[in-house]
Amino acid sequence: MFVPGNNPAMMQDAFIYGPDSIMLDLEDSVTMAEKDTARLLVHNALKTIDYGNTEMVVRINPLNTPYGKKDIEAVVKAGVHVIRMPKTETANEVREVEAEIEKVEKELGCVGRTQIMAAIESTLGVINAYDIAIASKRMMGIALGAEDYSANLKTQRSPEGIELLLARQTIVVAARAAGIDALDTVYSNLNDMETFRKEVELIKQLGFDGKSIINPRQIEVVNEVFAPKEKDIQKALTILAAIKEAEQKGSGVIAVNGKMVDRPVVIRAQRTIDLAIASGIINKEDI
Amino acid sequence: MNSIKERMALINEAAARMGKDTFKGTQEKNTTARTELTKQGAKVVTLEEAIKKTGLKDGMTVSFHHHFRGGDKVVNMVVAKLAEMGFKNLHLASSSLIDVHEPLIEHIKAGVITKISTSGLRGNLAKEISHGLMEEPVIFRSHGGRGSAIANGDLHIDVAFLGASSADPMGNACGYSRSENAKSICGSLGYALPDAQYADKVVILTDDLVDYPNTPNAISERNVDYVVVVDSVGDSSKISSGAIRDTKNPRDILLAQQAAKVIINSGYFKEGFSIQTGSGGASLAAVKFIRQSMIDKGIKASFALGGITAHMVKMHEEGLIERLIDVQSFDKVAAESLKSDPMHQEVSANEYASYDEPGSATHSLDIVILSALEVDVNFNVNVLVGSDGIIRGAIGGHPDTAGDSALSIIVCPLLRGRIPCVVDEVTTHITPGSSVDVVVTEYGIAVNPRRPELKERLEKAGLKIVDINSLKDRAKSIIGEAAPLPFGDKVVGVVMNRDGSVMDVIKNIVD
Repeated sequence: MFVPGNNPAMMQDAFIYGPDSIMLDLEDSVTMAEKDTARLLVHNALKTIDYGNTEMVVRINPLNTPYGKKDIEAVVKAGVHVIRMPKTETANEVREVEAEIEKVEKELGCVGRTQIMAAIESTLGVINAYDIAIASKRMMGIALGAEDYSANLKTQRSPEGIELLLARQTIVVAARAAGIDALDTVYSNLNDMETFRKEVELIKQLGFDGKSIINPRQIEVVNEVFAPKEKDIQKALTILAAIKEAEQKGSGVIAVNGKMVDRPVVIRAQRTIDLAIASGIINKEDI
Repeated sequence: MNSIKERMALINEAAARMGKDTFKGTQEKNTTARTELTKQGAKVVTLEEAIKKTGLKDGMTVSFHHHFRGGDKVVNMVVAKLAEMGFKNLHLASSSLIDVHEPLIEHIKAGVITKISTSGLRGNLAKEISHGLMEEPVIFRSHGGRGSAIANGDLHIDVAFLGASSADPMGNACGYSRSENAKSICGSLGYALPDAQYADKVVILTDDLVDYPNTPNAISERNVDYVVVVDSVGDSSKISSGAIRDTKNPRDILLAQQAAKVIINSGYFKEGFSIQTGSGGASLAAVKFIRQSMIDKGIKASFALGGITAHMVKMHEEGLIERLIDVQSFDKVAAESLKSDPMHQEVSANEYASYDEPGSATHSLDIVILSALEVDVNFNVNVLVGSDGIIRGAIGGHPDTAGDSALSIIVCPLLRGRIPCVVDEVTTHITPGSSVDVVVTEYGIAVNPRRPELKERLEKAGLKIVDINSLKDRAKSIIGEAAPLPFGDKVVGVVMNRDGSVMDVIKNIVD
């Protein structure tokens, strides 16, 4: 969930709605005049607010602005989980950010702690998606930024999102090939939940791992769409239990209900359970 | 022979034995058409005449209701007249006072009003009183507590001045009007009914004098001494907005979802249950979620109580709530429904929530959703005094419904800006923790340790229940320790418990 880095009340409250990940923004939602104060606020929010198990992301300003390096230093020192790079176009940009992160981490003695997520928001970025995805071992995901991308395409966003299809599929394929997450762009019309739901259904079908949101009201829809069905959860639980049992017994081939369980099946089952936990359908402790 | 003439001696003898007179014949019959006659009702007088005729004297108690809330015009109008007529040392007993009653400050300074009894205070009047404007402390009572106090004599009313949206010349009065000339509507007159019943003299002020008989009535002519026609008793648009508002505030929605989950899994959500809610965003949104669950599970409520809202009316019309029991109409939709729907019943504050009457509706209430300014770690609730020590609210029916219902749920955000709502000890004790069952905040749900079975049910349903101390700690971790409030030594308010005992006092605040 995107949260402006210059709004203390929203930063304080974001956690209560149960998003999987909170992205405090230092880039587009903060004006030039507020860049310094927002950086300080975000630093202190990360240090003082108990966000529980929520993944904490900060979107920094690009390194080619006067703010990028300072942003990295402030948020790495505050222990952020993930730095989101805006408008990423090349693998080199990722390596530059990685170097800055590493510099700060060395100072702190925690090299490797901070992960990177890259937002792809241009045609060049889409072309380079796979290179970006594998540019750093810190890379945990790539995300589509559709507003800038559409402008770059010389078109605008439509409710059906046909103009984004190539970018979306490229990003999912690149992410899968690199073994990282693929995250979809925001949908900003809060009054049209129906189109939002359709868009979430579409990107789930395309293979995305999640959707960026701008308001807590959107969480429920995303969770509903991504939530696995009860019967899929039961099946997944059975498969994982059988795997566990097989591992204990040391047996190689496993069958559930007469069907052989191979690696993709196990991976899908695990993913179903992860989603069920993320959607709040089952508790981690219950498994 | 057996004629009346012959029996006359016996009649006189019987009368003498009984200490009665002998019948001397009827008065001459008035043959004026009754439509004309009823228009000349002897009770219809000017405000000044009414005040004179009531025999009101310095030091006496005058009472009012607050059904027009922010739109009320009666209190200011009548007190201005009393001031003009030179009255002093009056005790003003209103069912509540709000921002619009700010002109009372001047009348207090001038000695017209020297004592106040009310459910709440808001705005500049509250601020001034919190700073020590009055010599005598304000007496605060809940709506049910006020009803009881009026009935048992603790609060004796000499003259009640009651605004009504319609009245006939005999005094039959309603909070709405059925005539074409209707100027105002406030719906239920529930808080005014104990005044009408028990005050020594009752003056109805109305902006729509209608033909006799104005029935069905809220206040019966037998309780009314005078009727005063005025330009306006209140601005109905300020009762609240007429439309059903759905909050878009995500925090309110979250609180409402959690409150609804508590209700649905509490064990009390079953066929024939009864419910009362407040009018805040979270309360209204909770009703929306409960409604959906009632439809899904095929459950119907027997009645909704209290401040009736458009939401409740809608659910009643959909057949989800059988009856509405209305002591106060929270919006115009509710007020209109009261006027036209026989299953939407107006009740007095005593029938609603009297402590002394076992038959009052709160005793039959399953579930109530309430708000709070502060809750403390012992579940005590403050709805009257702000965390800055300034009075800014009203007791309302809070302790009445929390105390009498089977399940009381407090919904409040943990933090309002920089103000924590879960604290070590509430600034002022209004509703005792022993009557509060669940506290719902955006950071978690706390269940009173007195209700282990409830906690178990909610946990079983997958709700995360937290210790109320952890909520308080969380608020402190974000906001830090608040500096102690600069209270003085003067008592500016006394909080009465609904049983008539003194619950707490409010000290003056020093800047």
